[in-house]
Parts: sequence; C-alpha cells; structure tokens
Amino acid sequence: MSVLVDNFDLFVGGFLRSLEIIAYALVGSLVLGTLLAVLRVSPVPPLQRFAAFYVGIVRNSPLTVMLFVTAFVLPELGFNAPFFWLGILGLVLYTAGFVCEAIRAGINAVPTGQAEAARSIGLTFGQTLQEVVMPQALRSVVPPLGSVVIAMMKNSAVLGVFGVGQDLLSVGNRLTSAQGFAVTPVLFGVLLGYLAITLPTGALLSVVERKVAILR
Amino acid sequence: MTTRRLMPGLALLSAAALALAACGGGSAEEDAAEATGAAGDAVAEETTEAGDGASESAAPAEFPAGSTMAELSEAGTLRVGTKFDQPGFGLANLDGTPEGFDVEIAKIVADALGIPEDGITYTETPSAIREEVLETDQVDLVAATYTINDTRRERITFAGPYYVAGQALMVRTEDAETISAPEDLSDTSIRVCSVEGSTPSETIREYLGSPDQLTLFAGYSECADSLANDQVDVVTTDNVILLGLVSESDGAFTLSGETFTDEPYGIGIAKGDVEFCEFINETLAAADEDGSYLEAWESTAGSIEGAQAPELPAADECV
Repeated sequence: MSVLVDNFDLFVGGFLRSLEIIAYALVGSLVLGTLLAVLRVSPVPPLQRFAAFYVGIVRNSPLTVMLFVTAFVLPELGFNAPFFWLGILGLVLYTAGFVCEAIRAGINAVPTGQAEAARSIGLTFGQTLQEVVMPQALRSVVPPLGSVVIAMMKNSAVLGVFGVGQDLLSVGNRLTSAQGFAVTPVLFGVLLGYLAITLPTGALLSVVERKVAILR
Repeated sequence: MTTRRLMPGLALLSAAALALAACGGGSAEEDAAEATGAAGDAVAEETTEAGDGASESAAPAEFPAGSTMAELSEAGTLRVGTKFDQPGFGLANLDGTPEGFDVEIAKIVADALGIPEDGITYTETPSAIREEVLETDQVDLVAATYTINDTRRERITFAGPYYVAGQALMVRTEDAETISAPEDLSDTSIRVCSVEGSTPSETIREYLGSPDQLTLFAGYSECADSLANDQVDVVTTDNVILLGLVSESDGAFTLSGETFTDEPYGIGIAKGDVEFCEFINETLAAADEDGSYLEAWESTAGSIEGAQAPELPAADECV
C-alpha cells in the first residue's frame, strides 16, 4: 500500500482532474437534458420528434461509441478542439439523453389537470412549464436524476482512453504500466477516489430528496 | 405513439452503425479482445498438440537437476508472455498467433531448451500486467518490448538485454525543421502524443512545459491519426515502432532528430532465477554467433523501412 502514500500527490491530481471533468459534464448535461425534455413535452410535433429521435439514439448506443465519434470522427470532419473538450462533449451528449428522460418522467407525474388549469387562466406554454409544472416535476425527479448523475461520474473514467488523460483512472494506469507498481493496491486507490466522489453525492441526494419531498 | 414513429429511424441508425463498424473503426480494446479470444483458441489447440511435440524432442540431459531449464525441457512446453499489438515485435496475426522479433527471440530460447515451436504457448501480456504474470507463474518468460528498469527489477529478474531501442520524435514532414529535439517541447503550444503506460510517455514528461501538452492513447494508431488530423504535433515512443508508422504514412510523417534515450529490452523471468537468466544470456550470445539472432531481426522488425540491424548488446548481470 506504500504506493498510495508515495504517489499521493499524483492521486490527488487525478482526483481533482476527475472532479473538473465531472463538474463541466454535470452542468452541460443538466442544461442540455432539460432543454431536450422541454422539446419532448412541447406542443410542436417536429421538435418533439427531434428530441425523441436524439434520445433514442443516445440511450441505445454504447458510451464508447459516442466518445469515439466526438474524439475521432469530429476531427476527421474538420471539427477540431482539444481532446479534453471533445471528451467532455461526448459525455455531455450521452448523459443528456438520460437526464431528458428522467425529467420527462417527472413532468408526466404531474397531473394533466395542473397544466390545463394553468392554461385556462391564460398562462403561456412557457409560463405553465416554469411556474406550475416544473416546480412540481423536479421534486419527483430527484431520485432518478441522482442515479443518472452518479452513473455519469463513473462514466467519466472512460474518457482517459480517448485522450483526455490525467484523470484518476489514467493515473492508475500510469503507475501500473509505466512505473511497474502492483495493480491491486493502485486500483484500490483509484476505487477509493471514485467512492470519495460518488458516496457523498449519494448522501447529498438523499438529503435533497427529503427536503423537497411532496407531502401527499 | 412516438415509439412506432421512431422505429424506422432507429433501424436506419443501427444499419449505419453496422456499416461504420464494418469500416474497421473498432477501438483498440475490441481488437485486443478479439485477439485474446482468438489466442485463447490457439492456445487450447497448441496445448493438445504439445504432448506430441514433447515426445519428439529428446530432453537434453545437460541441465542441472532441479533447474528451470531441466523442468521446462522435461515438460517440452514453454509459456511465453508477449505483446499482441506491437508491429515488428509482437503482433497477433489473423489466427491469433503473435509474430515479431520478441516472438522469434522466445523461439530461440525454446530451441535451446529442446522445445519445438508447437510446444510454445503464447499469452498476451499488455504493459500493465507483465510483472503479475511472472509473479503468479502464468508464464515462464516475458518478451514484450520490456524495458529493463530498477522498479521492475524489484519484482522480477531480467535476462538480456537482447535489443536496445531509443525514444524518438515523429512529426508531420513540414514540421521537421521546427521540432527536432525533445528540448523543443518546452514550448507549451506543441501538443505531444504517446501511449498510456509506456516508458517513453513517462520520459517525455521531463521535457514538457506543461503536463496538459501530453495526450495519451491506448495504441499507436490513434496517435498517428491525431497527428494526421492536426490534433497533436508530435508522436513519441521507441524509434522502431515509429518507423513502422512512418513507412505507412506515404511521406506525411518523418522521424525528427536523434534518439534521446536507451530503452534496453530484456526478457523477464521469475525473480531470483539466476541460473535461467544466465542460460538465456548464453543462448543469446550463441544465437548472435551463428547468425540466428540477426535472422530473427531481418525477418521481423528489420523488414520495416529504415530499421537498422542491431548488434546484440552486452548482457547485464543476472540479479
């Protein structure tokens, strides 16, 4: 286990890098996912269909394929950006599909009468969504959305293969392959790092869930 | 119902995905997995055949009783760990058997033990697990572009070296003037690509102005693609591997400057087996004498354009 102590700064660097990736991907996927959910419940059929099509693609293809597209296919087509951003883009595009479905489930849980009542007193579609439906929907969305967020955190480990690097798992690979340390203790350290991100997140989500729970 | 409307679109999409996959856009991992699967079959076949091979080769009685050599030649089998993805050194062919300089060196050792070629079983050993497979006795020796260093020496014993590679820089041909030495990489605008978990990827860090310049991939082909797409400016690893990439690039890439490290490739064996280590070193020296060492090179890595014939390096002390 001395490898963990001796290379503690490397692990911390990897941990921070993973946190950075997760923070960007979290903001990006929540924004894009919410947008997609709004499209899916909007009264405009082409927009509905576009969002449904997008979610259909993303939820039914492996994450690695999505990352392969953003990291290698986009540059082939002339869309050049640093690998760091291409990787985050892939993770955001992928996670947004799941975020969209979680939020849509919450919206569908709000009784139709609520939206109808809001429309009948003259609120626009936007106002109905913003003032009446969403506040209620978001409460029931916390548990499924939490699962999606935690899955995204674990998925961030895959980015190292697509040139993002310096994240927690890449640090582990570096120590075992290039420097010849034993795999077991190094991977144990990597696992601890990811748990240090996901377990507090889970605990925080439980708190939020209790705070916003609907008294029925 | 939206689902029904979705179906044709999804069908189209899966067709497109299949077409993409057929274009050979598979990831390195998949290729490796396929290779391993194929190798597994090959190993299974070879193990069944090994019995016949053993009966053919009379075990030479020249080995001291109880030594690794005696045990191996007695059994008539040799378990070799090698790379399955390194052109010129250990690259799995279509039926999953690795071919290359490392493999030929292993064959020379097997031959000296009186073990026929069909008595050798190959296990894929990526960089990360080379020490483990020796410590857990899954293989008898590892010949896998295995750079000798002190960290590794703490866990295993190295015979050899049998070859000295050197780290070099590969650039787009038009950049050869501006980027010609590792010192040039202190300019933080230059992006460098190497392979995750390799010794060269560690070495190059010393020369970089910022760690963000370095992009690491699982295989060399991704690095070459990125260089072609202007995603990175330099690819660095051992010169022999780069030569293979240069020869495939139709003049788009070139090696720039001189090699700036020595990467002695050794044969990994179980820690402390000095007898076996010395035996391998004697075998290598004899192979150098009778020309089979050079022949092994010429038929594998030596066939890559621009590769220079090596001289057998002086053996290290067996520890």
